[in-house]
Amino acid sequence: MRISKAAQQIPPSGIRVFFDLVLGMKDVISLGVGEPDFVTPWNIRERAIYSLEQGYTSYTSNKGMIELRVAVSKHLKRKYGLDYDPEEEILITVGVSEGMDLSFRAIVDRGDKILVPEPYYVCYGPMTTLCGGKPVFIKTDPSKGFKITAKDINKSCDKKTKGIILNYPNNPTGASYSGSEIKSLAGAIKKNDLIAISDEIYCDLTYDSPHVPIATLPGMKERTIYLNGFSKAFAMTGWRIGYACGPKDIIAAMTKIHQYTMMCVPITSQMAALEALKPGDRSVDEMKKEYRRRREFTVSRLNEIGLSCHKPEGAFYAFPSIKKTGLKSMDFARLLLEKEKVAVVPGTAFGSSGEGYLRISYASNMDKLKEAFIRIERFLSSRPKGGAI
Amino acid sequence: MREILQILEKDARTTPDEIARMLGMTSKAVSGAIKKMEKDGVILKYKTIVNKEIECDDESRVRALIEIKVTPQKNLGFESVAERIYKFPEVASCYLMSGTYDLLVVVEGKNIHAVASFVSEKLAPMEHVRGTVTHFILKKYKEDGDILQQFEKSKRQAITL
Repeated sequence: MRISKAAQQIPPSGIRVFFDLVLGMKDVISLGVGEPDFVTPWNIRERAIYSLEQGYTSYTSNKGMIELRVAVSKHLKRKYGLDYDPEEEILITVGVSEGMDLSFRAIVDRGDKILVPEPYYVCYGPMTTLCGGKPVFIKTDPSKGFKITAKDINKSCDKKTKGIILNYPNNPTGASYSGSEIKSLAGAIKKNDLIAISDEIYCDLTYDSPHVPIATLPGMKERTIYLNGFSKAFAMTGWRIGYACGPKDIIAAMTKIHQYTMMCVPITSQMAALEALKPGDRSVDEMKKEYRRRREFTVSRLNEIGLSCHKPEGAFYAFPSIKKTGLKSMDFARLLLEKEKVAVVPGTAFGSSGEGYLRISYASNMDKLKEAFIRIERFLSSRPKGGAI
Repeated sequence: MREILQILEKDARTTPDEIARMLGMTSKAVSGAIKKMEKDGVILKYKTIVNKEIECDDESRVRALIEIKVTPQKNLGFESVAERIYKFPEVASCYLMSGTYDLLVVVEGKNIHAVASFVSEKLAPMEHVRGTVTHFILKKYKEDGDILQQFEKSKRQAITL
C-alpha cells in the first residue's frame, strides 16, 4: 500500500463534492465563505510592495523577524495585558493552521486524548489523529448557546486526556464565551491538568462583550497555547500568517518542528503584518461595526423565515437550524444551490452534531445578503409543507 | 441617529425596515428618525452617483478648479463675495481655504470655452476678486471615496471553511 496508515485514517471530506458543485456553477450568491469580504487595507499592501522593492526577499529567523515578535508582544500587552517574551514565548506561524498543527505535534503522544467541543473547525479532529492522538468530541447545541461548561470538561476527562481545543468566537457557530464563562472553563482545565490550545483568530469580532483570552486568567498562561493571526482582523487570509504564544518549553518544541518543516513564514507576509500591528489603526473598528449590522440583519431574517437561529456573539457566522424542514443539512444545501443558486455550508462539515444546521457566513455585502434571503425565503415557501425531499 | 446616517451614506436605498433589522430598532423608530433628519436639514437630499468616466456622451461636461484671491470685506469677511460666487449655477462647489488663496471653486461647463468665459466674464472681473488661477480636471480616478476606474471583482473562492 502506497498511502500511509496515518493518511488513510483521515476521513475523506464528504463536503468536497458539494464544494466542487458550487465552484462549477455560475452566478451563485455565496454565503459559504470563511473569510472577510474586505481586501487587505491598502497601507498594509503598500508596505509589502515597498519591502519587495527594497529587496526583502530572504529567509528570516525561524521564529520570525524579531521586530514582528516584539510588535506582537506589545500588541497583546496593550490589548489584553498579556505578557509574552518575544525571544522565547512567541513563534510566527503560517496562519493559525500551522500553529495548530505544531501544537499537536509538540504535545500529543500516541494514545493521548484531546477534548474537542463540537461543532468544530474542520482541522482539529484530523490533526489530532495524525499525531496518534484521539479526539474526544463534546457535543453542544443551541439550548446552551453552542457552548461547553466546566461540567462537560470534568465528565469527559480521564487519565489519558492531555488537552482541550478552544475556539472562540467559534467557527462555525459564532458562539463565544464571556469573561465569567471562560473563567469557569479555566477552573475545570486546571483541575484536570489539561493544556488549552486556544484558537482565538476571531477575537476582534465579538459584538456583545469584550473578548477575554483564556491565557489572561490566573494560572492559565503556563498551560495555554494561544493561537492567533492576521487573517480575520486585517483581512489577510491569503498572506498565511499568524502566531503562537505559550510557555517556553512548548514554544521551543514547536519551533524545532517549524524550523524543519517550514523554516520561516514568507518575509513579505511578515513585513505586511508589521504594518498591520501599528497602533492607532481604526480599520478593525470600522469592519466590526459593519459585521455587527450584518449579524443583526442576518439573524432577524433567518428567524423571520422560520429557520430558528440563536444570536452568535462573534465571528461572522450564523448557525441556524433547518430541522423544521425535515431535510438533512447536505440535502438542504444541495437543493438550495440547485433551485436558487445560493451557497451555504451544511453543518455536517463541522462534525456529526452539525446535522440539522447550516453555516451561513455574513461576510458578504448587504446587497448580496438581502438578495440571498429573498431567495432562501422563496425556496422555503416553494417546498411542500412538512414534506421531505 | 449617527448609525442610520452611516448606513444611508453608504446606500441611500436601504429601507427603514432593513436599517431597523441592522440596528435592532423598530421600523417605525427608524422612519421617524429619518423624517426628523430630513426636516432638520441634516439629510439634504438623495442623489445617484454616476460614473461619468464610463457614461460619457454629448451631455457630459468639463470641470475646473478655480483658485480665487479675494479682498475680505469689513465686518463681512469673505462671506458676501463667496455668496455672490456660489449662487451661479455653474459653480458646483465652493470652499473657503487656508493657504495662498482664499476661495476654491469647482466650476462645471459644457466645454473648456464655456468654463473659460465664465471665469473671464463673471469671476475674474467681480469686485473684490484680486486674481484667479484655473485648473481643468483631465481625468477622475476617485471621487468622495468611490473609485471610478474599474469595479474590483471579488477574488475570493465561492466557498471556504
